Amino acid sequence: MTSIDTGDTAWLLISTALVMLMTPGLAFFYGGLVRRKNILSIMVQCMMLVAVISLQWVAFGYSLSFGPDHAGIIGGLSWAGLHGVGLAPNPDYAATVPHQLFMVYQMMFAVITPALIIGAFAERMRFSAFLLFSVLWATIVYDPMAHWVWGAGGFLKEMGALDFAGGIVVHVSAGTGALAAALVLGRRRGYPEISPPHNLPFAILGAALLWFGWFGFNAGSALTSGTLAVSAFISTHMAAAAGALAWAVLEWVLSKRPTALGIISGAIAGLATVTPAAGYVTPAGAILIGFLTGIICYFSVVWVKARLGYDDSLDAFGVHGVGGMFGVLMTGILATTAVNPDGADGLAYGHAKQLLIQFLAMIICGAFSFVVSWGLLKLVDRVVGLRVSPDHENIGLDLTQHRESAYTIVG
Amino acid sequence: MKYIIAIIQPDRLDEVIAALEEEEIILVTVSEVMGRGRQKGVAEVYRSHVERNGLLHKIKVEVAVNNNDVWRAVDAIANGARTGHVGDGKIFVLDMEECVRIRTGETGVSAIR
Repeated sequence: MTSIDTGDTAWLLISTALVMLMTPGLAFFYGGLVRRKNILSIMVQCMMLVAVISLQWVAFGYSLSFGPDHAGIIGGLSWAGLHGVGLAPNPDYAATVPHQLFMVYQMMFAVITPALIIGAFAERMRFSAFLLFSVLWATIVYDPMAHWVWGAGGFLKEMGALDFAGGIVVHVSAGTGALAAALVLGRRRGYPEISPPHNLPFAILGAALLWFGWFGFNAGSALTSGTLAVSAFISTHMAAAAGALAWAVLEWVLSKRPTALGIISGAIAGLATVTPAAGYVTPAGAILIGFLTGIICYFSVVWVKARLGYDDSLDAFGVHGVGGMFGVLMTGILATTAVNPDGADGLAYGHAKQLLIQFLAMIICGAFSFVVSWGLLKLVDRVVGLRVSPDHENIGLDLTQHRESAYTIVG
Repeated sequence: MKYIIAIIQPDRLDEVIAALEEEEIILVTVSEVMGRGRQKGVAEVYRSHVERNGLLHKIKVEVAVNNNDVWRAVDAIANGARTGHVGDGKIFVLDMEECVRIRTGETGVSAIR
């Protein structure tokens, strides 16, 4: 019989609230980056996901992800409607906090993951199509994948894949889904001659809220309030700092000036990349991860995207997908049991097989999300139509999808 | 010399600029304005946001041209801005007395180009 630890419970309650704040933070981050006629559409989509996925999670999402295992693939429906998910701890997941707290903490991850994809189809997707796609995606892509990696009996967990806070489940899955969305929807009208971000201070506010919330995301994933949470907390912060600096310096060298957008992009890249590794790597390891990902994501956004010509409008794939994949691999190199005895040693600590496991998990989840997302988008296109009309795209989604306008001129 | 003022829908600005550019009319001034037409701001197809007093969000495009460019400019603006819906806007053509290029002090026809 396990008992509830008040320190662990307090920390996880706070972490849950921190992760909740990330989705509105993302609304400001993405909202500031789009043109002024589309900021509300981004914010409505983010806030709608907080509402809809929270309800989906309680109704059946949590059960599919974490419910009793079926063949390592899916959690089944026996915990649907939180049936049997009570206040007593569940030692399979978090032995010292109420089971419902673990449930609601995980809910916030389920909310933000589809929200990350918004960056790929921003400024051109019909709201009804967005909503239908997001709910289907959460159910058919996110929930099974969360089970594979984190659920008791999930086949990737059994295989030994390490994903501390969602490098695979959140960033690789959302990133590859975002790439599918950018390809299926096609470019925005006028791309690449699109007006620059309409409100960078909003984007910085959003990035700051994400950075702040990420402490709950990663350090909260320790599920206890002790040494592991502290280790993950520091790794998170250091990777963000190193990523921001790396990106800004690259800009300074290659295009003469460090930019506001560059610094926050580097920070987000560092945060996304350290997500699977936090809690397994040393602070020095996290700094190395942050620096490298600042460089890799810079080139993926500035060079690769431009060369290949797809319109991943706000770099959901370029930052979260590429960063997530890189982070999953780096975990297989830099993980050490000196930081987390429940983890594993990576390549750098003499255990090369861990890198192979990480690579396999990354490929399986990335391919699964890409393919299924592609199919879901085609399906949604048949049912309601993915894209708004060219006229409505010109006018903007705020007016055409929501009949609201973010800014007035007089009054 | 004429001074052309056009009030257009915000979503037609790109087309109007492109149409002017095709006529090699490069110098334009653009501002955000509020306005209302005969419908007093009834936005038939919600193409714009209605503010108080039935005022709608519009774009004002201003172009100074020499006499032989006037109709090419007017046609370009009209073709770029026209959708056939209520609220496409208006074009006003005014006589212009003088034009001075600040940097060089040039005046008249050569200062416009």
